[in-house]
Amino acid sequence: MRTSLLGPVIGLLAMAVGVAVGLWLDPTVPSGLQPYLPIAVVAALDAVFGGAHALLDGRFDAKVFVVSFVSNVLVAALIVLLGDALGVGAQLTTAVVVVLGIRIFSNAAAIRRHLFKA
Amino acid sequence: MTGSAKHQLDQTREAEVRPAGLRVHPLLSGVLIALLCVALGVALATQVQRTRSGDTLNEQRPQDLVVLLDGLQQREAALRKEIADSEATLQRLRAAGDSSAAALEEARRRAAALAVLSGASPAVGPGVQVAVADPAGKIGPDVLLDVLQELRAAGAEAVQVGEVRVGVDSAFSGTAGDVRLDGVALSAPFPVLAIGDPPTLAAALNIPGGVVDTVERVGGTVQLRQVERVEINALRPVRTPKYARPTG
Repeated sequence: MRTSLLGPVIGLLAMAVGVAVGLWLDPTVPSGLQPYLPIAVVAALDAVFGGAHALLDGRFDAKVFVVSFVSNVLVAALIVLLGDALGVGAQLTTAVVVVLGIRIFSNAAAIRRHLFKA
Repeated sequence: MTGSAKHQLDQTREAEVRPAGLRVHPLLSGVLIALLCVALGVALATQVQRTRSGDTLNEQRPQDLVVLLDGLQQREAALRKEIADSEATLQRLRAAGDSSAAALEEARRRAAALAVLSGASPAVGPGVQVAVADPAGKIGPDVLLDVLQELRAAGAEAVQVGEVRVGVDSAFSGTAGDVRLDGVALSAPFPVLAIGDPPTLAAALNIPGGVVDTVERVGGTVQLRQVERVEINALRPVRTPKYARPTG
């Protein structure tokens, strides 16, 4: 990969910039989007960990990353929306968080195996 | 970026489907990734801020809010009851405090009055100064007792003879020329201080056939002065009753 070193650094830098901007501006979330923000964050984190895993496997694809990122966020939000509409919003949110958490864990484990060979 | 089918197969673990044949410029994809990462950072920070500020009520579900509201209402009821109880207790204690303060004040007043009567505290007030000259040395304890009795009968509230404060258990003893009050030798002119209504005290001593006549019969004279301010400084030791106990 040509961007094997540059890419993750840029990504981390961009995320740090985003955190700084978020802390600095402290934007107000529209009330309609408030239930979806935490789930969207977890879903995006899942995409990021998946991307890091793919990067270490040498099979990172920028387009796949972008699409998976966006679709992860959208699907997670849709699930929460659907759950709220069906009256099982809390349970479905928990389910999404559990699934995404498991995926994040397995990706983190793979990353750890790559980085520390253990 | 490579768009080959091999890589696409490798990435199916994420279950991502990539439209085949869609090629994206590396720079554009890099910018996109960076933008997404920035957005993620902003969202992360915002959510963390929001969670930390505790302003999470408006994203909770109605059922949870109902449970929350119910708990809050129960807590409010309990707290209101506690307030009412505390206020009642406060009222009770305040009333008790008032009455006990009044009782304390009354007790102080009575203690002061009793201290004057029993001779435990100095006293000051209008009264008379009496001096009984006894050139013949014939004035005995009975005459002085008469003086004291007349003063008491006239309402004297505190009496001092010589250096001795007269109390409820005072006693004259001895003989003419060697009169003792509570064991303390008295000598002419037997200065007597009494606090009371001055005219009444003077009249009691001057009554015909009274003290003044008696003293003059045995060759003595009585000097009587009504004064606006008599200071009685002699004290009697406070006796703690050994057997008697107050009742009630």
